[in-house]
Amino acid sequence: MSTLPDVDALRQSFPALAQTVYGKPLIYLDNGATTQKPLSVINRLKQYYKAENANIHRGVHYLSQLSTDAFEKARASVAAHINARQKHEIIFTRGTTEAINLIAHSFAQHLNKNAPKVLITAMEHHSNLVPWQQWVLQNGGRLMVAGLKPDGSLNMEHFEALLEEQPDIVAITHVSNVLGTVNPVKAITSIAHARGIPVLVDGAQAIAHMPVDIQDIDCDFYVFSGHKAYGPMGVGVLYGKEVWLDRLPPYQFGGEMVDRVSFDTTTFNELPFKFEAGTPNVGAVLALETALSFIRKTGYEAIAAHEHNLTSYGHQLLSRVEDIEFYGTAPGKEAVISFNIKGIHPYDLGTLLDKMGIAVRTGHHCAQPLMDHLGIPGTVRASMAVYNTLNEMERLAEAVNKAAMMLR
Amino acid sequence: MSAEQAQQQIIEEFSAYEDWLDKYNLLIEMGKDIPVIDPRHKTNNHLINGCQSRVWLHAELRDDGKVYFSADSDAVITRGMVSLLIRVLSGRTPDEILNTNLHFIDAIGLTEHLSPTRSNGLVSMIKQMKLYAQVFQLKTKN
Repeated sequence: MSTLPDVDALRQSFPALAQTVYGKPLIYLDNGATTQKPLSVINRLKQYYKAENANIHRGVHYLSQLSTDAFEKARASVAAHINARQKHEIIFTRGTTEAINLIAHSFAQHLNKNAPKVLITAMEHHSNLVPWQQWVLQNGGRLMVAGLKPDGSLNMEHFEALLEEQPDIVAITHVSNVLGTVNPVKAITSIAHARGIPVLVDGAQAIAHMPVDIQDIDCDFYVFSGHKAYGPMGVGVLYGKEVWLDRLPPYQFGGEMVDRVSFDTTTFNELPFKFEAGTPNVGAVLALETALSFIRKTGYEAIAAHEHNLTSYGHQLLSRVEDIEFYGTAPGKEAVISFNIKGIHPYDLGTLLDKMGIAVRTGHHCAQPLMDHLGIPGTVRASMAVYNTLNEMERLAEAVNKAAMMLR
Repeated sequence: MSAEQAQQQIIEEFSAYEDWLDKYNLLIEMGKDIPVIDPRHKTNNHLINGCQSRVWLHAELRDDGKVYFSADSDAVITRGMVSLLIRVLSGRTPDEILNTNLHFIDAIGLTEHLSPTRSNGLVSMIKQMKLYAQVFQLKTKN
């Protein structure tokens, strides 16, 4: 059995958790949207703006060198965190959405073909759907969507059948933000590569919960956001294999990404700078490094063990609520519980939970096609993080019961 | 009863409750008394945009020169909110509707729902009701 984290001690370092809302202690279960931040991350941001702020890669002066060094050290640290071969395979973006847009845009330019085909799954977040969809729509192509099984896991037979139609790229989420399903991205990459098809993995919902080894998965692109992994907003990571990043054209122009500019032409800087136009969010990058180090210090194994307990206990308690329906029950699912109560609108349930101090998300969770697929307008989603407690799951179940009684 | 008196009455009814859940319970109960929209008007044409739940709103100008609203929603809290608006604004002339400042929303503590980023669409509902009044006002003046 793996060691569990000392959650009580851990909570002390999350100031946002120690507040009351509507006179009730806050129970924060919207971690799939964004996690709260530990003091170490908050202090890192503060420290940067207090003592290190300067634009990077440009100045000859002391502070500029200091922040440039810190920035490049953060890049190496992120590379090590996901076991990338080289630090220049790490590109800092504003977030997952920008990272996917970058690849979709540059990949489209690189391929430059009519009727492109992109293979995704029915559980994609809009961010890993709309950028591809817009590309194929503009070029007479096709978005191919692999279906799901009733438990919310990927229908692999369907996926493999679609793969035989030779899509130009596979874009798949590592973990579903609604269902919690963990996709077998390593196996998927392997069968896609066997057909010479590159793979992008959306790791937004994975990086806070499970170790990600890029060399083991062997995918061509992996993207995630800082703010869903205890880091600040406004920073994300795009990992790309060197061969791909070398091949793809830049996405945005200006700033540090150029090598030599004249009025007639421009040559572009080398990796990773080629993809980092404009001044990056330096403070956020440094704080992201701190957030990842918080995760390593806590330990993925401990995080996963605790979150698994939270999820199964939550399921167990909530399944006693009359007429409850769960969405996503695949084996090994992540710390997400999506549900509805028959005859009750998720918005009503979420509003009353909020008044009881419980923060959940209601609605379509930026996955409208998935909601259509399930035939529902939305769900109530409780998504857990390492700082949530078993007691909070009990209070969630009590509150859901109470709200359901009011709404029936 | 004037629109102002209706607002005062609502404020009084809500002031009986301290706890948020009790206030919402009252809101849910009030939603049950809503003048329900005729099923044939429950179409996409009468759907209000900007709501996480679906809200249908219908308005008619009757011979007495007053506007009568009916509505429904698939969420009961939303139905409660629209029922409050109807209590204050329905059965009034277009001028009255346009000139009514809906101060009761703030007074009963539902101001948070007025934020334009809030997804329940209270703002859209009010806008739609005032829009109906504006159209009917033009009609009656011509």
